[in-house]
Amino acid sequence: MNNWTRFKNSYFLYSFKREPVAYISFALFIIFVLVALLAPVLSPYDPYDAMMIDIMDSEIPPSWMDEGEERFFMGTDVQGRDLVSAMLYGLRTSVIIGLGAVIFQAVLGITVGLISGYLGGKLDSFLMRVADIQFAIPYLIVAIIASAIFQLAFGVDRFQQLAVPLLIFIIGISNWPMYARTVRASVLGEKSKEYVEAARVIGLNRRIIMFRHILPNTLTPVLVLSTIQVAQAIMSEAALSFLGLGMPISQPSLGSLIKAGFEYVFSGSWWITLFPSILLIVFTLVIILFGDWLRDTLNPKLYKG
Amino acid sequence: MFAFIIRRAIQAIMVMIIISLIGFLVQQSLGDPIRDMVGISVSLEERDILRTKMGLNDPQLVQFFRFIKNAAQGDLGISYFHNKPALDVIFKKAPATIELVFITLVLILLITFPIGIHTAIYPDTKFAKYVLGFSTIGVAIPVFLTAIALIYVFSVELQWLPSYGRGKTVNLWGWETGLLTWDGLKHLVLPSISLTSLFLPLYIRLIRSEMMEVLETEYIKFAWAKGLKKHRVWLIHALKNTLLPIITVFGVEFGMLFAFTILTEKVFQWQGMGFMFLEAVERADTALLVAYLVVVGMMFVVINTIVDITYGVINPTVRIAGTK
Repeated sequence: MNNWTRFKNSYFLYSFKREPVAYISFALFIIFVLVALLAPVLSPYDPYDAMMIDIMDSEIPPSWMDEGEERFFMGTDVQGRDLVSAMLYGLRTSVIIGLGAVIFQAVLGITVGLISGYLGGKLDSFLMRVADIQFAIPYLIVAIIASAIFQLAFGVDRFQQLAVPLLIFIIGISNWPMYARTVRASVLGEKSKEYVEAARVIGLNRRIIMFRHILPNTLTPVLVLSTIQVAQAIMSEAALSFLGLGMPISQPSLGSLIKAGFEYVFSGSWWITLFPSILLIVFTLVIILFGDWLRDTLNPKLYKG
Repeated sequence: MFAFIIRRAIQAIMVMIIISLIGFLVQQSLGDPIRDMVGISVSLEERDILRTKMGLNDPQLVQFFRFIKNAAQGDLGISYFHNKPALDVIFKKAPATIELVFITLVLILLITFPIGIHTAIYPDTKFAKYVLGFSTIGVAIPVFLTAIALIYVFSVELQWLPSYGRGKTVNLWGWETGLLTWDGLKHLVLPSISLTSLFLPLYIRLIRSEMMEVLETEYIKFAWAKGLKKHRVWLIHALKNTLLPIITVFGVEFGMLFAFTILTEKVFQWQGMGFMFLEAVERADTALLVAYLVVVGMMFVVINTIVDITYGVINPTVRIAGTK
């Protein structure tokens, strides 16, 4: 039986097809990601192109309102950017940062968790102590202080240029202990099983045993954790950008759009804030709902932090 | 038990040293106290003399020990913007944050316990389903969006409540409190509600699931069989045993509550520690930033140590699990 038929007959797929929350949220997630990645093709204007932005177009309400204009469906923001385009590009930035940060923290956390769990000993206690210490301080505080330090170290201009990779690094580094602990816990469970002993007896080296034999068996909790972490990373990006420690206003992300619009809520331009906010909430909600279903179906032993 | 406390205390001190090391490194690489102190007219030679006088040319290790020694004596440098010791600035801002956190905690307790218990006892009612639905959506709503929405409705449209600042405060033995004036209380409403709303979903779900679990146990069945009054079974027999896990999560989540005050303070321009920190970043006020880092780190270490020790007192298995 090959992998495909095994997957087709699995309980996982069966319950996926039967649960509307699961397939709807998954479909929406795929659509959001596709739309985000295709933003340059789909969006009517390019928010990075100064030639297309006219300051005279600023704060035009959505097209269905009295003062709205046909060419800007959801209106424009303060700089005169078309809000639909800015949101598509913003979603793209948020998705890139969210996925990038999770990949980064997963690689870091899984490596630490595997080494720590498999090798044990002094190294294990040291790495887990480090994780404990970081765990004691909320990830958001770590992320906020880290980006503040980076912003001061690089200077605001340089920080803004490097904002995407830096945010991936900051959000990744602020949340890796989750992965390390989860992976370590399942490695400890797998370590003494017979297949690991068999691999050791035939003389495979430690790295192959860790990454090729044990790692695949610890991926269920990692998968479940990753969905929650993606949602959290996207919300962290929004929070950091809102505080002025993340994406600058000139580069749209969901957080920086909300930050840019916030000051104009008071003067009645509610749409600049409202539409990106709805997009942010729906997008994170979709991921959380899918993650909840995944957790209930796969039912791994998760480390509760 | 004594050994357990000692072990935790040593660990706490180690963590504090690491946090001070990070603070020290940040200060070394970012801040130039000379530049902060002198104007542009001071020549390089004079700067160098001043540098030697202040010990800034000493070896790093010597400077680090001096940093720790000063920090232990409550000297974390001088905030050049406020022109005051950094620690004084932080302490002046602390009451605002503490009051916000305190009111939020009270609100969380007052709202989550009744709702959590009610939905656990009657899980099939419409109310319980609405609550669960809301708490699912609520997890996805960032605190600053709740805050903006509240400001839009109550400050911009209805103009019932103020949208920024702390309002009138009273000085009570050096503690600037906004809890004693009507104006101060009015300013507290929106920030504390937005902060509370963030934690409602989590706690309601937690209390509900813990309570439902306990209601299934044998001793509750026995209590029913004894013919006890239902309120006695629910509120005394069942609730007591749900408290331990809830207290643990409260201890852990307290830190998150503090983290989210930074966002809330930003939206409402609440003059607390978070707002001060963001201002310090904007002004590149390194000394204040480092002081904030050390104070916040210290706060978390103290809270965690107290939570761990309390938990060790309540639950002896923790003490044994910690020993090797």
